[in-house]
Amino acid sequence: MLLSLAIWIPIFAGVLLLAVGDRNPWLRWIALAGSVLGFVVTVPLWTGFDAASSAMQFVELHRWIERFNINYHLGIDGISLLFVLLNSFITILVVIAGWTVIESRTAQYFAAFLIMSGLLNGVFSALDAVLFYVFFEGTLIPMFIIIGIWGGPNRVYAAVKFFLYTLFGSLLMLIAMLYLYNQAGGSFAILDWHKLPLPLSVQIALFFGFLFAFAVKVPMWPVHTWLPDAHTEAPTGGSVVLAAILLKLGAYGFVRFSLPILPDASRYLAFMMVALSLIAIAYIGFVTLVQTDLKRLIAYSSISHMGFVTLGFFLFNALGVEGGLVQMISHGFVSAAMFLCVGVLYDRMHTRMIADYGGVVNTMPKFATLMMLFAMANSGLPATSGFVGEFMVIMGAMKANFWIALAAATIGILGAAYTLWMYKRVIFGGVANDHVAKLGDLNFREIIVLGALALAVLWMGVYPKPFTEVMHSSVNDLLRHVAVPKL
Amino acid sequence: MTPLDYAPVLPELLLLIGACALMIFDLYVKHEGRGATAVFAQGVLYLCAAATLFVDLGTQAHLYLFNGLFVVDHFANLLKIVCYLAVSAAIVYSRSYLHERGMLRGEFMSLLLFSLLGMMVLISAGSFLTVFLGLELMSLCLYAMVALNRDSAISTEASMKYFVLGALSSGLLLYGMSMIYGATGTLTITEVAREVARQVGSPADRTLLVFGLVFMVAGIAFKLGVVPFHMWIPDVYHGAQTPVTLIISSGPKVAAFAMAVRLLVNALPSLAPDWQQMLALLAILSIALGNITAIAQSNLKRMLAYSAIAHMGFMLLGLLSGYVHDNWNSRNDAYSAALFYMIVYTAMSVGAFGMLVYLSHAGFECENLDDLRGLNRTHPWYAFLMLIIMFSLAGIPPTAGFYAKLAVFQAAVAADHVWLAVVAVLLSLVGAFYYLRVVKLMYFDDPVAAQPVRPQPVGRLVLSANGLILLVVGILPQGLMAMCVSAVDVLSPFK
Repeated sequence: MLLSLAIWIPIFAGVLLLAVGDRNPWLRWIALAGSVLGFVVTVPLWTGFDAASSAMQFVELHRWIERFNINYHLGIDGISLLFVLLNSFITILVVIAGWTVIESRTAQYFAAFLIMSGLLNGVFSALDAVLFYVFFEGTLIPMFIIIGIWGGPNRVYAAVKFFLYTLFGSLLMLIAMLYLYNQAGGSFAILDWHKLPLPLSVQIALFFGFLFAFAVKVPMWPVHTWLPDAHTEAPTGGSVVLAAILLKLGAYGFVRFSLPILPDASRYLAFMMVALSLIAIAYIGFVTLVQTDLKRLIAYSSISHMGFVTLGFFLFNALGVEGGLVQMISHGFVSAAMFLCVGVLYDRMHTRMIADYGGVVNTMPKFATLMMLFAMANSGLPATSGFVGEFMVIMGAMKANFWIALAAATIGILGAAYTLWMYKRVIFGGVANDHVAKLGDLNFREIIVLGALALAVLWMGVYPKPFTEVMHSSVNDLLRHVAVPKL
Repeated sequence: MTPLDYAPVLPELLLLIGACALMIFDLYVKHEGRGATAVFAQGVLYLCAAATLFVDLGTQAHLYLFNGLFVVDHFANLLKIVCYLAVSAAIVYSRSYLHERGMLRGEFMSLLLFSLLGMMVLISAGSFLTVFLGLELMSLCLYAMVALNRDSAISTEASMKYFVLGALSSGLLLYGMSMIYGATGTLTITEVAREVARQVGSPADRTLLVFGLVFMVAGIAFKLGVVPFHMWIPDVYHGAQTPVTLIISSGPKVAAFAMAVRLLVNALPSLAPDWQQMLALLAILSIALGNITAIAQSNLKRMLAYSAIAHMGFMLLGLLSGYVHDNWNSRNDAYSAALFYMIVYTAMSVGAFGMLVYLSHAGFECENLDDLRGLNRTHPWYAFLMLIIMFSLAGIPPTAGFYAKLAVFQAAVAADHVWLAVVAVLLSLVGAFYYLRVVKLMYFDDPVAAQPVRPQPVGRLVLSANGLILLVVGILPQGLMAMCVSAVDVLSPFK
């Protein structure tokens, strides 16, 4: 029941917003209430979660489409729990961050975010493949509209590119799912598919079917090119949700589908996945270094960070997989914070070019302090959340292969380089121009949003145990499962 | 036979009487808006629907009447209901549109009802003779309706094209039927099936049968409008007045689907390996050409015409997956998928053209892509309905169009046509582009000139129901799917 509430409360609030329309003075409060209520119902998931068990918990199972034996089947384990929480948490921040910034078609704006939040919770808790697919695809519609209506000058191009790229991936996944459905004797239950024996050639074909869907979402090199456009053109809230949650869908898909359903193909093709991840970390790292647009820079840095996630998953040891998951959560906080920081600047200056800034610390000291913390987290400094995930992945890589670890660690330096260099150019130095001189510091609303994220980043960096302990048994179970060939 | 034995043809009888009565009734209607005639026509439709439901209650599996000329089964009843709904919606949408253009005469309504009668005869055809009879009755009325706007050169041209190509396709169909008749010596579909099953083993007989089959498939393909027999579709859709386009794109397609099922599945199941191959080729060509050509269109009606070609291709994916590995085990899955697709497509097509009719008014034809620019600013509710329809046409969940595609892809994958499914899926990505463009125009662009929408409370209600039903079926598709499964359950003559 809790999971259903986590899905349907935000969606219902979104529909309500569409119904009340733009002129209603209460619409922002309705949006806030919907997002807070959506978060509140996820808290018992965390407190009531049995970390010792690797089974699905809070399971709901109802008949849905009997014709294809499709069920409304929800449940979460240690892997998906944190994403439901993260998503509901970020939604509140997005609503607050858009409070006064969005002036046209406000009701539709908040409704799109709330509906998307519900759909995303659905993706993370669906245990039926068609249900998963419906939520997975359903998220495209609100995001398409968010980018297209409230985005920057080149928004239409970015929205269409985003939509078609991701649709292309998921359509191939649909065929893979239908094939599995027939092989499983007419069942769309993901957990049934985990037990399904499949020959290696079939596994490899299916692996590529899923790979397109998930690699586009992650995004992995070389199918990442939609992301910088989408991020750059999206409004701040859209960028935040894209980076913090939507990118996680792809990585989550690898853990939920590719690894357990196709373990032999995953091991067989692990070298390819590791290579693609390392290329993402290195090549995209260099690309990030030369960006002149703040949002584009953070977008590329997201791709590079997600490279650590996919790297961790295909090392096949607990440290790697858990490191990847921790990195996903951490990146959810850090990238959200970075985009919000850019949003703060953009709302005041209406430019995203690094060259237009300089010496912001003189006029916005509070902002500079908070952004410092997030920049450090983005470069993986110890005691911030960014460190934990990357460190675990590198440790995991060390166990698997020394050279992979060396490569990943060395390239990791790039992360510090581009983040800190960007920070230096924007924040430090003398006041660059009159516009910067007129900047006002953070207001109460912005302090709440960034402060909440700062606390989360520090908490996860200093004491990550609450985050990792819920995933131990699920990850170990997954790895035991993957270790057994099912040819 | 007692009069009670004729009860299963009650809907057709009612419609025939109603259509004749309407012609006389209309002479006495003085009001130019012809409200009374429309109400009369709607009344006839609802009477027929009630009669069909009543007949359906008493239908076990098949009821054959008039020496097997006419068959009543769940399949026929379901499709007839779909046709009533489509025609009923068409009347609601088109009345003020036609009135404003001075085209609303009694002929329109009576032609519409006679054409519906043709569809029903075709749907319930138990013999090649009734297939042809129904087909011609339906088509002749449609030719006249396309030409109704007789001052317009483009409508006249469209009507001529429609007529000439329609006559050609009827000729092809008849030629094929005559071959099969020559081989089997009967016109009744069940007997044809039995005879063909007996003869199919011998190579000499088979050649003749397949020869006839080719012509019949060509005739069916013409009526469904699939490549390479699609040339008339864009011109007729474009040339006809939008309400007529709406009608052509809904009921007649359903009837053509029924014809395909009667002629291929019911009459020639023994030749399934042959016609399935032909349909596979037609399907993939239609999906490819329809989707790719639609991108280049700036006229919405033409775009939707090409989209119709593509959608018929998707529907064929279901129709060609019934007979796999020398058995009929996946028959129900495949044919119910095709039927589901057909019904959902009809709802989408009626909704899309209905929206165009609704947004047009005196002196303004809403038919170019640019006419929808900024609709979300001026009329957010209609923009939202059109958004649902477009995403449903593109097959994005949670809309009905997604489950329609899911069902036919499932049928194709289960029939080991994985490559076909993969190609179709990639081409549906191409299709998503031009549907997205419509959404983009409505939501992201600014309106050029705000066009007022004439208030039409009933039309608004029906249009809203039409759009929302796609969302409702998209969230809870089980009911309609179950109906489709039970409708095709009785189809095969092998039971």
